Amino acid sequence: MERTLSDRLLDPVAALGRAVIGLLRATGAIALFAGEAISHLVRPPFYGRLFLKAFVEIAWFSLPVVALTAVFTGMVLALQSYTGFSRFNAEGAVANVVVLSITRELGPVLAGLMVAGRIGAAFAAEIGTMRVTDQIDALSTLSTNPMKYLVAPRLLAGTLALPLLVLVADTLGVMGGWLIGTQQLGFASGAYLKATFDFLQVADVVSGLIKAAVFGFVITLMGCWAGYRSGGGAQGVGRATTSAVVASSILILALDYMLTAVLFSR
Amino acid sequence: MISTRQGTMSDVPKIRLRGLRKAFGAKQVLDGVDLDIRAGHSMVILGGSGSGKSVTLKCILGLITPDAGTIEIDGRDVSKLSRVEREQVNDRIGMLFQNGALFDSLPVWENVSFKLLAQRRISRRAARDKAAEVLAQVGLAASVGDLSPAELSGGMQKRVGLARAIAAEPDIIFFDEPTTGLDPIMGAVIDGLIVDVVKRLGATAVSITHDMASARRIGDDAAMIHRGQIIWRGEARSLGDTGNAMVDQFARGEREGPIQMELRK
Repeated sequence: MERTLSDRLLDPVAALGRAVIGLLRATGAIALFAGEAISHLVRPPFYGRLFLKAFVEIAWFSLPVVALTAVFTGMVLALQSYTGFSRFNAEGAVANVVVLSITRELGPVLAGLMVAGRIGAAFAAEIGTMRVTDQIDALSTLSTNPMKYLVAPRLLAGTLALPLLVLVADTLGVMGGWLIGTQQLGFASGAYLKATFDFLQVADVVSGLIKAAVFGFVITLMGCWAGYRSGGGAQGVGRATTSAVVASSILILALDYMLTAVLFSR
Repeated sequence: MISTRQGTMSDVPKIRLRGLRKAFGAKQVLDGVDLDIRAGHSMVILGGSGSGKSVTLKCILGLITPDAGTIEIDGRDVSKLSRVEREQVNDRIGMLFQNGALFDSLPVWENVSFKLLAQRRISRRAARDKAAEVLAQVGLAASVGDLSPAELSGGMQKRVGLARAIAAEPDIIFFDEPTTGLDPIMGAVIDGLIVDVVKRLGATAVSITHDMASARRIGDDAAMIHRGQIIWRGEARSLGDTGNAMVDQFARGEREGPIQMELRK
């Protein structure tokens, strides 16, 4: 049957419709996947050893990259805010800007992005390889639920480990700002720290930790999801790894906005 | 050949498939599979690549849900069982995967004792001893237990896979192309081990293969699947001289015959 002009004009609309339906379908499938994994967290048996292994992998082995990122971010923040504020004689606000920016936004977001690169990719590759080499089917034949064994412990570990990493990142980020403030910008050490702690509120730190827990959940969820659903051999595992990192990075930035809007809507 | 024991419930097959159908997209992989597998016997399912053998096996294991048809194990329709009941049925099943499917992240001994550890039926210390015992049954030294699966040859991986499949002493064992990728001598060794362990456990065995020598060595009964249907069943020792033109062509590996490979030119 010959296609008319109006059929051709509607092609982009059809493509958009397919993309939206695909997105909704994937969102629903991921929500069901997450729900099933969470349900396994409250039903025995529990795999404490696997939880600890995943926790150490996320919290301990991500520490160097998160720490370096936080220190340098604090240093840059101090330098940039000093340059800006000095134009209208407000250099005294540097410590306040550094501590607020780090605890509320940059600590959780940058730690989340770093962990997404490390852990999201690693989980997707490991679980994806298990999928294409029949190891996940093997788990089922060995009376072990793959969701309970592979996904639930990682999800819990990610949700608990990222807030700890962010606490470290907050501390080191502030110290980075302090280092530049005292060594390069001429602030007195005591005055800089006093300005930092006087201005800081518990809610600033807690909001960052809440964000971190959400980001940790999303990173591990997307890593596990992409790996669990992968197929098509080595190429499929590669695609799963890429999509886990890209999806979790975008979700971190989008959720950061939404959580900020909710937590600071005054 | 294995034949170890006759069915205790004389007329009830250990596994009964009726009208099993499964399609992936437009491709109808299983198109009404009917098959009975006798308790205590070894059934070999033959068929070319893409004929539906692996999908049949995965349906029985519960890894794939069929579109239609019934799967009965010991007379119970497994599709009607609750999740817990289905897990209880699976507890009595062992499986040797084609590529071993050993867990890379665990040493060999933990792979072998995995099911016992996962079900908390045994302490880690006892699991290590149990692994050494089962590894000995498949001709491997206890020291192999400390190696990682990546350090093993293909033949050793098959043996460890076999050890893992039998460690919990199942009463049904599935073998997915047990000799694929092995040299003929190692293939014969693995077949010999399969015959021995199945006989010792008194288990029902279901193997899928396209290795005729292996099929004759390990099978009591044989069935051939072609285009998603069972087209023949009989004794494994008659393979090659069954009187069914398709089966005989397949068993002899002949290019000309009723089975035409779909090759693009």
